[in-house]
Amino acid sequence: MDFPISHAHIHPIYLILVGFVIGVLGGFFGVGGSFIAGPALRLVGLQWNMAVGTDLAHIVGKSVVAARKHRALGNIDFKLGFIMIIGTIAGAETGAQGIEALKRHGDVNQVVSWVSIVVYFSISMFMAWDAWKSLRARDAERKRGAPDTHSDKTSVERVTSRIQKFHLPPMISLPTSGIESISVWAIIAVAFVGGLFSGFLGGGAGYIRMPSMVYLLGIPTHLAIGTDLFEIIISAGYSTASHAVKGNVDILIALVMNTGAAIGAQIGATATQFFRGPGIRLAFVPLPLIGMAIVIYTLVTGQKL
Amino acid sequence: MNPKSRWIVSVLIEIPVYAGIIVAYYYLVLSLLGDWITHLFQTDKRLYAAACLALILAQGILLELTTTFLLRLVRKRMG
Repeated sequence: MDFPISHAHIHPIYLILVGFVIGVLGGFFGVGGSFIAGPALRLVGLQWNMAVGTDLAHIVGKSVVAARKHRALGNIDFKLGFIMIIGTIAGAETGAQGIEALKRHGDVNQVVSWVSIVVYFSISMFMAWDAWKSLRARDAERKRGAPDTHSDKTSVERVTSRIQKFHLPPMISLPTSGIESISVWAIIAVAFVGGLFSGFLGGGAGYIRMPSMVYLLGIPTHLAIGTDLFEIIISAGYSTASHAVKGNVDILIALVMNTGAAIGAQIGATATQFFRGPGIRLAFVPLPLIGMAIVIYTLVTGQKL
Repeated sequence: MNPKSRWIVSVLIEIPVYAGIIVAYYYLVLSLLGDWITHLFQTDKRLYAAACLALILAQGILLELTTTFLLRLVRKRMG
């Protein structure tokens, strides 16, 4: 099929399949999936700028489907999501400015590549360690015949508790997430860091935001996934509009991809019902490693996937 | 039927149902939209950006509503 906006010739089944895979991942883990969509679009000859913008548009559509499904399952904390948007947009702008500054002063590709390798690897290893510890603690409790209190506990509860006790007004409660009191600034700071990586490394940065919500703010995993998706609709929507004005979005490609993503997102979101927090976090581990592998490939071969 | 089996059956039904909708949607909507959206892209980028957001959001909501409705219908018939 010919796509007149980007002048690309892509088989629609390919786009639907790519969308489907990203949809499943997005619905299940609450991530945008740009680390797959970007290279997949590049692979069929789309220019890098067009691939980034089109991917963002597709993320919006897929997140709408997954977020609606998560809302039906009671997995979205809207109050938290709206507060996070402020930090995310501010962080994304700062990250984008950082890229511009690096462009002026040094080798932006080298810096961004090495930062992303360290970040992806650290997240993967930390989540593997935490999920393994949480699952072991749960198994030990089961063997003792104790009630299952470790269903969604993490290994860094002390850090989470300290952040929640950090008293810098205004303090709010998040009843949906089961948090009695937390500083708005703590939420904005976590969202800012997610946004910063989104602006700096590209994509929605769900691979940072979702774990940060779980480990730092103490949001239950299922709620972190749903709320992250809700938040992605707004932040990716903002970025889509910005890219579209610059002519970097082929909406026809995004619409075709979104048809596959819509099925995948529903399947992924529904599947979260059958997994507990540590199980989902353990399954999340390979995702940042895939991103890392793509960056290493780009560094070694000099070809942008 | 336990929830997991129910879910697997739902997924197996959902995929062909969705595939049918996608084919119909693909031929009907995209072929109609193509010229208009390309013209917008070439003439007014701001309006194009607004149209992009409106289209992708509307499609997301529409697809989700359609599947939910169809799945409810199928589940009702399955008992």
